Amino acid sequence: MRYEKPENVADAVKLLHAETGVARILAGGTDVLVQLKAGMVEPDLIVDIKDLDGIKDITPEDGGYRIGAAVSGARLGEHAGVTALWPGVVEGFELIGSTQVQGRATMVGNLCNGSPAADSVPGLIAANAVARIAGPDGTRDCAVIDIPVSPGKISLAKGEFITSVFLPKRPERASDAYLRFIPRTEMDIAVAAAGVSLELDADGTCVAACVALGAVAPTVLLVDAAADCIIGTKLDDASLKAMASACSDVCNPIDDRRGTIEFRTQTAGVLAKRAALIAYERAGGRT
Amino acid sequence: MKNIHVSTTINGDPTEFICAPDESLLDVLRNRLALTGAKEGCGTGDCGACSVTVDGRLVCSCLVLGAEADGVEVETIEGMADGDKLHPLQQHFIDKAALQCGVCTPGILVAAKALLEKNPNPTDTEVRYWLAGNLCRCTGYDKIIKAVQSAAAEMRGE
Repeated sequence: MRYEKPENVADAVKLLHAETGVARILAGGTDVLVQLKAGMVEPDLIVDIKDLDGIKDITPEDGGYRIGAAVSGARLGEHAGVTALWPGVVEGFELIGSTQVQGRATMVGNLCNGSPAADSVPGLIAANAVARIAGPDGTRDCAVIDIPVSPGKISLAKGEFITSVFLPKRPERASDAYLRFIPRTEMDIAVAAAGVSLELDADGTCVAACVALGAVAPTVLLVDAAADCIIGTKLDDASLKAMASACSDVCNPIDDRRGTIEFRTQTAGVLAKRAALIAYERAGGRT
Repeated sequence: MKNIHVSTTINGDPTEFICAPDESLLDVLRNRLALTGAKEGCGTGDCGACSVTVDGRLVCSCLVLGAEADGVEVETIEGMADGDKLHPLQQHFIDKAALQCGVCTPGILVAAKALLEKNPNPTDTEVRYWLAGNLCRCTGYDKIIKAVQSAAAEMRGE
């Protein structure tokens, strides 16, 4: 195994593209090093991207924020601007692992690990976040929802890697929230999860919504039918009930000892409902 | 595998070492630098026994490559006491019997120190959540939380 720490994006792409064996990107390392030790992957090349320009920065851009691929959870959580604008994205990511893991883990790493239960991904998808990808053909932007393909698989081509994620600006009366179910209070993987982002008009009517579900299908799901149930409402009980059932309708989860199909399906709807209510209150609405 | 030459700072001392590209910082500390305070419990970032700080951030040294230590500042349990004078956390862990076998203790002390630097007056709940990644199989945690709180009180001058 070779360890390389390139100083610019072009060199990183060149290294990744030229490698004929298995290459892995290293930012926080909280997935890669565990996989390495478990023998799940035996890379020929590790490319540490932490020396790249801006890779550890959170930068205001067009009213939103660009978050570098090597920004740790601890840094993200300390950033008042991102936490105020996208609290659901931040709380989703902060649920991952211990304080020690948060000191290293990155949101882009969580996305690229390709887990359907990745806690930061429903929030990013509900936020319409966009990943910036560097590759042999230059730079391209890709909606976060188009990154995961199946458990452990993502859509990036050889030589490509994500350099940052962009969280867009949003109107004043807008917010988001993320909830997951785990059998304990800390240090576990979601059995079912929901991220909801909402925009309200002046009288508290929901005018735009995104509902994303985690851990209930091979990839995180964006459920337009669920969002449609609450758009045009003030999140009354009937609309929320319809939304929860629209969520349950699209669930296609695995059945394992951590959660049955039936439990995951029902819980996803309940979590979406509760997350919508939290987002609604944060956005300044009242039910 | 080609070995890598690393220049780093450990507990304030400039330090150089050679390591393999897939060698963890924990293995470097223990096997090459004789800093055996950090322990290997799980080796997968679950137990916190190998906790150190890197550039002031609390991390599991088993999930850091030795090569990544180049140009950073690492603090380990060995740097916690001031010569023969124990850090208040260390003293209160002894006074309150907040350890039995002691394997988790260095990691918990490093983690607790990082907490008190960020939040000198945490609630019990905040201490418990902060230390959720430090597993102890002996004490039942209660004495650990009490020792952290009494050290925090002393450090606040109470």
